[in-house]
Amino acid sequence: MNRQAQAAVLFLLGAALLHAGTTGLYLRYVKAGLRPLLLASGAVLVVAALATAWYERRRHRSSRHTAEHPEPRISWLLLLPLLALILVAPPALGSYSAVRTGTALQRPYGYGLLPAGDPVPLSVVDYASRAAYGHGRSLHGRAVRVTGFLALDHAGSPYLVRMALNCCAADAQPVKIALTGELPPVLRPDAWLEVTGRYATGVAHDPVNNGPIPYLKVTSARPVPVPHDPYDETWNN
Amino acid sequence: MTVTEDASPGASTHGPAHPRGGRPGKEDRRLSSPLVLTLTLLLAVLAQSPIRGLLATPRMQSWTTVFVAVTVQALPFLVLGVLLSAAIAVFVPPSFFARALPRRPALAVPVAGVAGAVLPGCECASVPVAGALVRRGVTPAAALAFLLSAPAINPIVLTATAVAFPRNPEMVLARFLASLLVACAMGWLWHRLGRTDWLRPPAHGAHEGATRGETFWNSVRHDIMHAGGFLVLGAMAAATLKAVTPPDWLRTAAGSPLFSVLALAVLAVLLSICSEADAFVAASLTQFSPTAKLVFLVVGPMIDLKLFAMQAGTFGRAFALRFAPATFVLAVAGAVLTGVVLL
Repeated sequence: MNRQAQAAVLFLLGAALLHAGTTGLYLRYVKAGLRPLLLASGAVLVVAALATAWYERRRHRSSRHTAEHPEPRISWLLLLPLLALILVAPPALGSYSAVRTGTALQRPYGYGLLPAGDPVPLSVVDYASRAAYGHGRSLHGRAVRVTGFLALDHAGSPYLVRMALNCCAADAQPVKIALTGELPPVLRPDAWLEVTGRYATGVAHDPVNNGPIPYLKVTSARPVPVPHDPYDETWNN
Repeated sequence: MTVTEDASPGASTHGPAHPRGGRPGKEDRRLSSPLVLTLTLLLAVLAQSPIRGLLATPRMQSWTTVFVAVTVQALPFLVLGVLLSAAIAVFVPPSFFARALPRRPALAVPVAGVAGAVLPGCECASVPVAGALVRRGVTPAAALAFLLSAPAINPIVLTATAVAFPRNPEMVLARFLASLLVACAMGWLWHRLGRTDWLRPPAHGAHEGATRGETFWNSVRHDIMHAGGFLVLGAMAAATLKAVTPPDWLRTAAGSPLFSVLALAVLAVLLSICSEADAFVAASLTQFSPTAKLVFLVVGPMIDLKLFAMQAGTFGRAFALRFAPATFVLAVAGAVLTGVVLL
């Protein structure tokens, strides 16, 4: 492609990055901490596009018409992520990946104090590690409230899942809780739920990597909208 | 929820640019690229709903998400590396490297390898910077040692490794030593066996007696368009493999020591995870031995699909086809050796 087209592609790519970084769209794909870099690189791309256009104009006006080396055709591939970001904007990873990836639950250092409240608000990772590794003792028999999305395995048993993310969606890994008790009559995979319930004994094993999946006995569940950051980023802090 | 924007602000739509100088006649036969670009964008906007329909299956959706994620995550680091390499090309005189590096390549290699620790970020930034070093007259052996060590031994990556393996601090040391060892070994190997005619020196648009500013932005534009295209190719390959790999093959591999090392080495190449995040993925592969996890951590930042595509773009295909397998073999061997001694 010639330099005018390159300037246009650079400009659009920079604009798409700036757009994703300012609207929160980027949280579907990368960790929150990447935002400053994303905005900075978007700005650099826009400046590079303007500089290219400016030097190109000067080159055409000046008397030296040097032959232009057209860039290799591989540059056209840059249109693909651009179109995917602007037109498709695919959703954050959901139940399809969660069922196909083993739980990433790891033995924690220790358990912090339970937050106040009845029921106690906990993240999926927090509840899962207290239940799977501490036999739920640190929960003191209190009712808990956990938010995540639904995933159904091949046998149809329901899990509450949150994807934990370290860098970008390519390395996102699920943490799963097996649900028992009072479930809604219709279970739609990928539907976000706020579940209230109590610790239930026993640990299931993830069919994919044999990792531990604790149980939660549900007393009530209500649908909630997708959170601002669909991924769990506690490991990044 | 979707986002639509104007089809193409900034794309000039004045039809084919009229032929000027250069090669008369040839320009007329070729479609002008701004026109093709505008048509592509317009068609994509018009065909929005069929395209979305095609991508609606869960498998395609997760493919697209991973593809966009890898690209969006790598682009900032690529831009950072490209800016750095343009700065090296414009503002650092070649004499600086001649003074900073030992004259003998055998000594320059470890110095460059250790210098990799100062380049923050991940592997996407190191390829353009290594290209700029070669252009500035740094001996290729040293530039390649830098290319391999930078993504693996910088403080950000080592800190991430320490966070991911809280109970095995020896993992951080093992990763540092194994990566440095393999990077230097590859540098010396190139010095012994490498031939300069395999290495296509990174070509650049002629610096037409231009000002510093023009040379700088020319280099930035060229590198982003070029390396960016290869980055997209690598991201597509990585997303495809993530989508088609059956979930249970790893479990069968974890059984035997030899097979588990090979499986994680291949996985590191296929997944193409950023080196700042691969430690967390390695930590989640609970059923594998520490040595196999170390292999995953050493191989990933040095050679994966995305890197292979970018190396081929920067240094030429003849180089990448020889360099990649050698890197892979040495990285596996070096990591196993370190793992046996330390872990």
